[in-house]
Amino acid sequence: MEVVEIHDQPVSAISIKDLKKSFDGREFVLNGMSLEIPKGQITVLIGYSGTGKSVLLKHILGLLKPTSGSIKIFSQEITGMTVEELTKLRNKFGMLFQYAALFDDMTALENVVFPLKEHRRDLSKTKMVEIARARLKESGLDEKHYGKLPSEMSGGMRKRVGLARALALDPEILVYDEPTTGLDPVLTEMVDNLIVSTHNLRQGTTSVVVSHDLYAAFRIADHVVMLDSGRVLLHGTPQDFLNSDIDLVKRFVAKGVRKELQVHDSQNGNGTRTVE
Amino acid sequence: MIARDKFNRAFDGFFIWLAMKFRSFVLEVGALARFGIHGYRLFFTRPYRWSELVTHMEFIGNKSVGIILMSGFFTGIALAYQIYLGFKLVNATSLVGPTVGMGVMRELGPVLTGLIVAARAGGAMTARLGSMRVTEQIDALEVMGVNPMQYLVSPRLMAAVIVMPLLTGIFDFAAMFGCWLICIKLLEMDEAAFFDRTYLWLEPFHINEGLFKAAVFGLFFAVICTHRGFYTKGGAEGVGAATNRGVVLSMVMVIASDFFLTSFINMFYNVFGMNNWK
Repeated sequence: MEVVEIHDQPVSAISIKDLKKSFDGREFVLNGMSLEIPKGQITVLIGYSGTGKSVLLKHILGLLKPTSGSIKIFSQEITGMTVEELTKLRNKFGMLFQYAALFDDMTALENVVFPLKEHRRDLSKTKMVEIARARLKESGLDEKHYGKLPSEMSGGMRKRVGLARALALDPEILVYDEPTTGLDPVLTEMVDNLIVSTHNLRQGTTSVVVSHDLYAAFRIADHVVMLDSGRVLLHGTPQDFLNSDIDLVKRFVAKGVRKELQVHDSQNGNGTRTVE
Repeated sequence: MIARDKFNRAFDGFFIWLAMKFRSFVLEVGALARFGIHGYRLFFTRPYRWSELVTHMEFIGNKSVGIILMSGFFTGIALAYQIYLGFKLVNATSLVGPTVGMGVMRELGPVLTGLIVAARAGGAMTARLGSMRVTEQIDALEVMGVNPMQYLVSPRLMAAVIVMPLLTGIFDFAAMFGCWLICIKLLEMDEAAFFDRTYLWLEPFHINEGLFKAAVFGLFFAVICTHRGFYTKGGAEGVGAATNRGVVLSMVMVIASDFFLTSFINMFYNVFGMNNWK
């Protein structure tokens, strides 16, 4: 398969070279993947199910060790790091999980205070709460919900708390794992807007979004990376993606557009058909 | 000839199956041992999890006190009554107290407490960790740079070992109270003889033996249940299956290990010349 690099990349936050991962020693989920994720921009990783998006994400976060290859975070090689070094490195990351992954025995506020309690022991309790409240406000959660448990919150509210928790330690890299999966179109748009507004508020933060939602990719991405069979099929701007001649990319775009049109038609939509 | 071949194949197949089962059993025991050792080791590394330890001690201990008191009380009553009926035939009813005492403190107390707490708290531990695993809460801890083994598993392991002897002590007390109640108040035995015989036959090391067993049972069920929960796979169904397997295996382990522990303790008594039976 030919890897197409369309753009010259600016300075990389994450640099991946010849990354291979096999769980059983025979089949490779990541098959010699090379990728540069630019600093300070929003990069969306898309692809069909089973193309290695989540596995790649776990490698970036140091949750999985590769079979071979190199991963550098801000020029620091992480594949040979010890658990302690990885733990330190993970302070640079904030992650919003697919279903927010909030601790269900803690309130919204306690969830956001938690990473501060773990890593900022120098702060007083009052200061921690103050920071947590500021992050929740930044994520757009109404103050009356701060004392609610995750089970008492809607999907959108949970995403907001999850994002606030991810922002608690002022991370340099924000990772979003399928942030709009399972949400209705209104909430999807809300989450997309939240990603963009958070990124705009925090200049210099690198955002990596894993998604199979093409519409979301075009709404928020500075860069789109399409994966296939454990390798990068295409890396470029959304426009490059639309103009691509690669058959698999064209099929992915066509299916995404059709799905998008169906969603808007079913909503009686004269909604925006952004992909044209 | 054909029948003989068939028999040979079946015979070979049986032994291959047996060998595979034994292999997976050994691997499982190895994995549990590694998990347990790692969990306990992490408890003594920074940051110390004292508040989590207290929380889990409260959950395993405080919330089990009611059921342990009830179980101990009725076990004491039933055992005392059965022993009384037997001993009455040989005119030895004054020995009901020490017999119940020894049975409860050395065997029934730790075993029944182990079974009850494994079912109640062990099941809850597996379900809690399992649901945290399938809803990515454990992954979230890891991404936040918090060691999930240290935060979630270590305090539970330590709490179980600390609390189990305390609960067993409560069980023993409730059982002896039940025994006293039925012997003195219902069967109208001589109270002085009851206490005299009990003091004469029961030694502190009988109580300690039960408490030691209880701590070991706590270690076993906590390691098994947290391990099952921590490595749960496959959504809500997986949580249910893990909880079921965790509780069943814990209960079997409590009962099976009791025999080996008793043998070990008797060996200890012999080596150190402690008079086990007066």
